Amino acid sequence: MTVSRTGPLPTTAYDLTVVGAGVVGCALARELVRRAPGARIALLDAADDVGEGTSKANTAILHTGFDAVPGSLEARLVHEGSRQLAQYAAESGIPVEPVGALLVAWDAAQRAALPGLAAKAERNGHRATRIIEPDELVATEPHLGPGARGALDVPGESIICPWTTTLAHATQAVRAGVDLHLNSRVTAVTWDGCGHHVATAGRGTLDTRWLVNAAGLHADTVDRLLGHDTLTVTPRRGQLIVYDKFARDLVRHILLPVPTALGKGVLVAPTVYGNVLLGPTAEDLDDKRATHTTADALDRLRAAGRRILPPLVDEEVTAVYAGLRTVTDQDDYRIDARPDQHYVTVGGIRSTGLTACMGIAAYVADLLADSGCTDLGRARDLPPVTMPNLGEAFPRPYQDPELIARDPEFGTIVCHCERVTRGEIRDALATTIPPASLEGLRRRTRARAGRCQGFSCGAAVRELFGRGNGGRA
Amino acid sequence: MTPAVRRVDVLVVGSGPAGLAAATRLATAGLDVEVLERDQQAGGVPRHCRHGGFGTPWHPLNGPGYASRAVRAAENAGAAVRTGVTALGWADATTPALDTVGAHGHERIAARAVLLATGARERSRAARLIPGTRPAGILTTGELQQSVHLFGQYVGARAVVVGTGRIGHAAVGTLRRAGVAVAALVTDRPAAPRDLDARLRLGIPVLTRTTPAEILGSPRATGLRVRRADGRTAVLPCDTVVLTGDLAPDHDLARRGALLLDPGTRAPATDGASRTSRSGVYAIGNLAHVTWTARMAAAEGRRVGAVVLRDLGAD
Repeated sequence: MTVSRTGPLPTTAYDLTVVGAGVVGCALARELVRRAPGARIALLDAADDVGEGTSKANTAILHTGFDAVPGSLEARLVHEGSRQLAQYAAESGIPVEPVGALLVAWDAAQRAALPGLAAKAERNGHRATRIIEPDELVATEPHLGPGARGALDVPGESIICPWTTTLAHATQAVRAGVDLHLNSRVTAVTWDGCGHHVATAGRGTLDTRWLVNAAGLHADTVDRLLGHDTLTVTPRRGQLIVYDKFARDLVRHILLPVPTALGKGVLVAPTVYGNVLLGPTAEDLDDKRATHTTADALDRLRAAGRRILPPLVDEEVTAVYAGLRTVTDQDDYRIDARPDQHYVTVGGIRSTGLTACMGIAAYVADLLADSGCTDLGRARDLPPVTMPNLGEAFPRPYQDPELIARDPEFGTIVCHCERVTRGEIRDALATTIPPASLEGLRRRTRARAGRCQGFSCGAAVRELFGRGNGGRA
Repeated sequence: MTPAVRRVDVLVVGSGPAGLAAATRLATAGLDVEVLERDQQAGGVPRHCRHGGFGTPWHPLNGPGYASRAVRAAENAGAAVRTGVTALGWADATTPALDTVGAHGHERIAARAVLLATGARERSRAARLIPGTRPAGILTTGELQQSVHLFGQYVGARAVVVGTGRIGHAAVGTLRRAGVAVAALVTDRPAAPRDLDARLRLGIPVLTRTTPAEILGSPRATGLRVRRADGRTAVLPCDTVVLTGDLAPDHDLARRGALLLDPGTRAPATDGASRTSRSGVYAIGNLAHVTWTARMAAAEGRRVGAVVLRDLGAD
C-alpha cells in the first residue's frame, strides 16, 4: 500500500498499470485488485491528486441512462454501473440523493419531443417515466419560470458527490495493495514484446506487463505513445455556477433540458452539499487545459437560469467553475483491447463516466481476462471503506452529540459556511490518500467551499493544512 | 435527541463591536447576558485590523486594541462571552431560542431577546462573477488580514488590489507590512482624495473607472486582466489579487429564522430601533447596515441596549 508523489518510481515490475486516476481509473484499479489479489498493480496520474481532471468538475449526477443510445456500450455500462454505484455509495458513505429529474419542455417542439424520449427510456429499460402536464409541474416545482409546457418525469435520477466517489474507489484500491503514483505524467511507452517500459516526466520509468489507458481527455495522447492513431479526443468545456445554500429550497428535482436539434440546454440541479448548480455550457475547444470561465458564458447561464428558475439568480453565487468533458467522433464509449500489445484503451468516456465507472471497470477487467491477462480471477470482497460524509442529507459530524462527546474536535467548527470541524480537517490530513493542496482538502471536507470562500476561515484552514506549503498550496 | 435548554435574559450572536457594546449595556443594567462567538477569540473583525482609526481622537486604538477593550468591557459588566460556540439555527419558528454547538456539545439556549450581530463579509471572487482561471492567490481583505496578522502566513510577492474604499486602502497597508509589492489599485469609480495618497506618497498606480475582467494563471495567479470604461483592456502581472469591499450581510441565522429582509441589501429589515420582523429578535451592526464603521456599530449596540431594556420592561 503506497501513495507516492515524489521520487523515482519503483524498479520492480508491475503486472498491471492503469494510467489515469480519474473516477474511471480509480474504479478500475479497485476492480483489478479485487480480481487479482496477488498481482502488483499501479495507478498513475499526471496530477498531484486523484480525480483532478473531468472527475472533479462535472454536474455531479448519477444518471439512470434513460436517454442513452439504445444498444450502445454506453447504455449498457451506464445501466449496470448506475446500480452498482448506488449500492457502493450506500455501503461506503458516498452521499447520494435520489431526487429524480424533470425534463422541462419550454416550447411546442420540446413538448412534442417528450413522448419520443419516454419511448427511448423504455427501450433503455426505464419504464417509470411519465409525462406531466403544466399544472402538476408547477405544483411540484412552484418556483419554475413561466411558460413551461409540461415535463417528462424521470424518477431515479440522482445527485452524488463526485469527489467522494473517486476517493472511495482510490482509497479502497490503495488499502488493498494498489500503488498510487501521482505527479507521474506518462511521456513515452516502449513495448518490448512481453511488457511496457513507461517513462514519466520527472519520476523515471516504470515497467509493467499490462497497461490500461484511462487517461480521459488525454487518452488519445497515450494511445499515440503506443502507436495508435484511431482516437481523437476533443475537450468540450462546461461552465457552471454554484448558487448559495439558500437557493436549495427553490428546486426539488434535477431540472434537465429537453435535447433538441439545436443542442442541449442547461440544467438546474441541487447538489448533495445543499447548493444549486446552473450549467453547463457546451463549448468545443482545442486546448485541454482551458478550464477557465468566461464572461459571455456566465451571462448566458444567468439568462438561462432566470428563465428556468427566476429567483435562483437573485441568490448569491458561491462558486463558478469549468470542466472539460470528452468528445470523440462516435456517439459511444471507445473501449478497445489490443491483446498482442497487452494494452486496453478506455477512451471516449463521456459525461456519463461518473455514473458508469463501476460498469466500465467490470467490463475492462473482463476484457483484460479475455485478452489473455491470466492474473485476473474471480472477484473477492475488499474490506469496506467508510468515507467522511460531505452530504447534507446524512448526519455531519457537528450534528453528532456522541461523536463530539468522544472527541470535542468534532464540535469545533472552523469553516462556518459549510460547518466543517477541526476534527474533520485533522482526519482528512491523515487519510490513506491525503490532500496535496487546499483544493484537495476542500474536496475531502468542504472546508473553504462555502459562500464566504475563505473570507472568514481561509487563513485558519490554511494554517491547519500546514505552514510548510508556503501559502502556495 | 433534544438538547438541554438553558435560559438567559439576552443572547447576543456575534462578538464584534455592535454585539459587545449591546452586551455591555444590557449586562450593566443587571440582565443575564450571554455572547456567542463562533471563532476561538472574541472581538470580531477589528481583531485582525492592525491599522489605527479605532477608538476616539482622544484615545486612539488599533483594531486588536479596540477589540480586547470591548471584550473586557462586556466581561467586566457581567456578560458571559463564550468563544468557539456556533449558533446553528432556531429552536422553533417563533420563540427567541437558538440551538448551538461547541467543543462541549450541543445546547439549546432560550432567551427573552436575541440580538443578531453577525456582521458582514466581502463578496468572493465567485460572487463578483469575475471569470478566468481558479488559481491560488485570490483572496478578500478579511482573509488577507487574518493570514498576515493572525498567522504570519506567506501571501505573495506582487498584488493588485481591487476596490479603493476604506477597506481597499487598509488592504494596501496590510500588504505593504507583509512585504508584498502593490502593483496597482483598481476601481470602477473616479479618483477619490484617498487615492491621491496612494498615488503620490506610496507611488501605487490607481486605475480609475476600471473593472477586473479575467483572472489569469494556474496553479498560482499570474495576472489580472482589467477593462477600462472605454473598453480597452490590459493585463496587470501579479501573483495575488485582493478583492476588497463589496460587502454582503452575514445573514445565515436571519434567513434561517425567516426574518423579513431589506430587498436591496438583503440585510434583515428593522423598524428603526433594530427590531426585526420576528418578535424578540433584533439585528444590529453590519448585519443590518453592512458598511458601518466599528464606532457606528458600537454606538448602535449601546442604543439597542436601551430599546431591549424597554421592550423587556427592565428599564
